Amino acid sequence: MIEFIQQLVNGLSLGAIYALIALGYTMVYGIIKLINFAHGDVMMVGAYVGFFSITLFGTNILAAMLLAMLFCAIFGVIIEKVAYRPLRNSTRIAALITAIGVSLFLEYITIFILGPAQKVFPSSAFPITEYHIAGISILNKNIFVFISAVVLMLILQYIIKWTKTGKAMRAVSLDMEAAVLMGISVDKTISITFAIGSALAAAAGVMVGVYYNTINPLMGIIPGLKAFVAAVLGGIGIIPGAMVGGFVMGLLETMVSGYGNSLYRDAVAFGVLILILLIKPTGLFGKNTGEKV
Amino acid sequence: MHEKKKTWLTFLFEVIVLAVLFTIVQYAITVGLINQSYHINITSMCINIILAVSLNLINGFTGQLSLGHAGFMAVGAYASVIMTNNLGMPFIVGILAGCLAAGIAGFLIGVPTLRLKGDYLAIATLGFGEIIRVVLQNIDYVGGPAGMVGITRLTSWPWLYASTIVTILVIVNLINSSYGRAIISVREDEIASELMGINTTSYKVLAFVVGAMFAGLAGVLYAHFFYIIKPETFGFLKSFDIVVMVVLGGLGSTTGAVIAAIFITFLTFALQKYAAVRMIIYSLILIIVMIYRPQGVMGSKELTRKTFARIWGGKK
Repeated sequence: MIEFIQQLVNGLSLGAIYALIALGYTMVYGIIKLINFAHGDVMMVGAYVGFFSITLFGTNILAAMLLAMLFCAIFGVIIEKVAYRPLRNSTRIAALITAIGVSLFLEYITIFILGPAQKVFPSSAFPITEYHIAGISILNKNIFVFISAVVLMLILQYIIKWTKTGKAMRAVSLDMEAAVLMGISVDKTISITFAIGSALAAAAGVMVGVYYNTINPLMGIIPGLKAFVAAVLGGIGIIPGAMVGGFVMGLLETMVSGYGNSLYRDAVAFGVLILILLIKPTGLFGKNTGEKV
Repeated sequence: MHEKKKTWLTFLFEVIVLAVLFTIVQYAITVGLINQSYHINITSMCINIILAVSLNLINGFTGQLSLGHAGFMAVGAYASVIMTNNLGMPFIVGILAGCLAAGIAGFLIGVPTLRLKGDYLAIATLGFGEIIRVVLQNIDYVGGPAGMVGITRLTSWPWLYASTIVTILVIVNLINSSYGRAIISVREDEIASELMGINTTSYKVLAFVVGAMFAGLAGVLYAHFFYIIKPETFGFLKSFDIVVMVVLGGLGSTTGAVIAAIFITFLTFALQKYAAVRMIIYSLILIIVMIYRPQGVMGSKELTRKTFARIWGGKK
């Protein structure tokens, strides 16, 4: 039982990271129906910005996270403007292939500039302490990751539910043409969506750096794919779904590693994806919509 | 009568052209005009042509974006190496086993996933490709993550050449048959073709299985040329490589796929020492082609006898 609770604790912080990344996928998909393959790589860029902010400028972890979020927010807007906006009216497959292109570009330009070797996330920025509560060991980094992720999600909920921008985002994702007629600037709303999604990914990137201690240019691929699975699991385009999906994926992964074969943990994620796509493609929180001719 | 004679003549002409091309390369290899690195280049080119043409059947003609082609290549490669190396069967048995195994894998994966559409299908195939890789990594009989080593080199130029020609012939003839027209109608409008009485699922599965079989063939040839196969080799980066070829050549153009495969092979060859630069160029090709020419270099056009005749004779 203690073993189980231990895995649960570990899984919650990993799940929080996946949930943050999944939110970006789901927001972008909800608004322009594009699977932003490059999202995991934006997370990687965020991790590097956090890394350099700590090593070069000596900032603390919170400042590094904020800097990474700011940088990636701008970066995400630029990616959307350069690569995705020209394709807004073309086929979804074309947009998807472009997203794959952007993803590969970010990975290999990083390898080209910084080299393929992994970098060790400075431990001085975040000294590890271990707490023991009723036989369960909790690391302070797990608490940090979990709490900051939850705070970010609450802020996101506030923006989406209570601000005008959030209202505009919901309107555009519901019906883009009607939103234009109501005087909402669609371009601006999409830019804001990319900015928020990328900022969340950047925060997740810094958290991954703290959580795993190392970062490398290809670190975005697997967490990105798993977060995507999380988004699909919760119902893509649905924000609470992404949060739940993220936690489910995190818990599942730690359980598989803890009780089964850790080599299979990546396969399990894809297995979940395929099962959910086959059984309920709209996800746990999704509603079925018929196809219109 | 006259028409029939003419068709025979062009057929004969094509056979002669193909035979001459074969003989020239065969001669160059025997005499030693082609050194080791060019030999590798020619082999990769043929393998890439097979991969691109077969993926084009799925992505281009059927319009079902698959991102797991390297997975089928892996299945073919492993199945054939088990046959030839572990069980001591002749190469032809290895080839057949590889194609068959990949085809069965394609069927098993295709039947459930092809119900999905567009981006969901893309992700599901990507997932299956990765699952194949992870499963191979965990089977000790095939060497686990280290893969299989010490494979006898059985892929010779005649095998390569014959495989490439057979792949192109089968796929071109499939596309030009009534099956092909049904397959293309699925791409153009799935609901409309369903209303016309076409069983869209079975045609999608057909295209997927045929594509997977030829990917398996490419895997067989790859394994028996490069001595070693590892699960990592067949990851999704390999699948993306093939997608780049198909997209660049033009979704739905076999000649486009062939041209793009040749071009990409040369590009890879020229940038061998700069792997990161190669991938940057690949990704830029993907983005730029999608933004400025989403139909690819060839679109859905083909280079055929007629095209050459038009250029040659200046008339139709």
